[in-house]
Amino acid sequence: MKTLVIAEHDNQQLNAVTLNLVDAAAKLGGDIHILVAGQGCGAVAEQASKVSGVQQVLLAEAEHFSAQLAEELAPLVVAQVQQSGYQAVLSPSSTFGKNLSPRVAALLDVAQVSDVIEIKAVGSYVRPIYAGNVMLTLESKEPVQVLTLRPTAFDAAGQEGSAEVVAINATETIGISTLIGRELSKSDRPELGAAETVVSGGRGLGDGDKYVQVLEPLADTLGAALGASRAAVDAGFVPNDYQVGQTGKIVAPQLYVAVGISGAIQHLAGMSDSKVIVAINKDPDAPIFQVADYGLEADLFEAVPELTQQLG
Amino acid sequence: MKVLVPVKRVIDYNVKVRVKSDGTGVDLNNVKMAINPFDEIAVEEAVRLKEAGTASEVVAVSIGPKASQEVLRTALAVGADRAIHVEADADLEPLAVAKCLKQIVADEAPQLVICGKQAIDDDSNQTGQMLAALLGWPQGTFASEVAPEGDAIKVTREIDGGLETLQLNLPAVVTSDLRLNEPRYASLPNIMKAKKKPLDVKAVADLGVDVAARLKSVNFAPPAARQGGVKVADVAELVEKLRNEARVI
Repeated sequence: MKTLVIAEHDNQQLNAVTLNLVDAAAKLGGDIHILVAGQGCGAVAEQASKVSGVQQVLLAEAEHFSAQLAEELAPLVVAQVQQSGYQAVLSPSSTFGKNLSPRVAALLDVAQVSDVIEIKAVGSYVRPIYAGNVMLTLESKEPVQVLTLRPTAFDAAGQEGSAEVVAINATETIGISTLIGRELSKSDRPELGAAETVVSGGRGLGDGDKYVQVLEPLADTLGAALGASRAAVDAGFVPNDYQVGQTGKIVAPQLYVAVGISGAIQHLAGMSDSKVIVAINKDPDAPIFQVADYGLEADLFEAVPELTQQLG
Repeated sequence: MKVLVPVKRVIDYNVKVRVKSDGTGVDLNNVKMAINPFDEIAVEEAVRLKEAGTASEVVAVSIGPKASQEVLRTALAVGADRAIHVEADADLEPLAVAKCLKQIVADEAPQLVICGKQAIDDDSNQTGQMLAALLGWPQGTFASEVAPEGDAIKVTREIDGGLETLQLNLPAVVTSDLRLNEPRYASLPNIMKAKKKPLDVKAVADLGVDVAARLKSVNFAPPAARQGGVKVADVAELVEKLRNEARVI
């Protein structure tokens, strides 16, 4: 087995999900290489070379790789698979991986398996379907196993490796798409997908101002990331990238505090792997209580400030 | 500009999904089916482009059993001009669907294909990207805004951590995210009119595409139930439990 892990990065920093992919790759067995494609991303290759269990880091630099466009990266990945005989290509099921990986699979004429949460063996996987309501075990005999993996379902590989970094030739530019700009939310808080603690709010908060007033002090006290249910996002309390759930971020922190969230199936699918779940809701019948380790039936506008104070 | 919109018939998103007791699949008997919500958004966007004078014609296409014609009628009621049903017995995998759509694109020559970003049954999130790859077209996935400008289209994408705007040369594939628009309800007169709009039927075999399954489903199971915990009386008890029992703070 020879596996190529596609590094997610911003040309400066290796995204931590790449460590989870390496852990998943180890379950397939055999050699693990990481592909770092970008522009001026030598530091990323350096970081990738330190991931435990990795034999080689492939570094492809070109202006047209800078924006991480699928149109430009897919031919590079395909060329590496064909030249070096990789039998598996692993990407995270982040928006980056979900955008790129199917393009690679189609060019290789192989079926992709999306959002894998368990690797039983090479070609035998478990993935959630129907918004996490069904777990499908499936088999793939494709000559190249193209997978996207849910990072929170795998451990992070260590960072005590010393892989060699090999510069590889860039493929020609395709030139059919251009990045115009990105608007990334700036925050001092931990990143939602990687946070140890998440404080999440739902429609019970009433509006965006109350979301901030009630939840931010608690998140500050706990050093937590802030999240939200889809109902809260759709009601305009917070931007879309706060959303936890099947159609948003999948999180698995040590502690998840759900405030004023009823617990729709699509929300539960995004957080039910959390180690400890706390629910604060005044509705005794809210489905969130069925998954919560500790449920507090109370008015959140009184309970959350009190909790913040007692923890402070 | 002609716009092609692929749509899929799936279990209605309000239905509680149940796994068959023998683990061979999901129980679809007497279950309400509907157009995939992301595809409904895609149809709405195409119709809006037509209403804005950008699109000349909106063609909906569905690949699946005879009942797929129901969701094509839904698309027609919302404002698609005509529909193509590619009749296929089995549930095709995303790669096979993308290959079929490539053939439809060859016949129809649209400048833009708008797909839903994923179907809410198998949640693969692959077909649009695969179609773009097979056609050699650019892709604007998870779109929250599209703005055609001459021979290009600007697509704002929902990415982890924020938004990103791309400019794509036409022809292109766009896949819709939730916030692209709010689909309208089809009015009764439009539902009646939709019954008279043209709906062509083709057999999947006539497309000359290999649609054989590559993957084998082995078992369908409900997710492991999370053990419900306890209710605490007040904030003080909650803090005590988190400190001393769960030890997470």
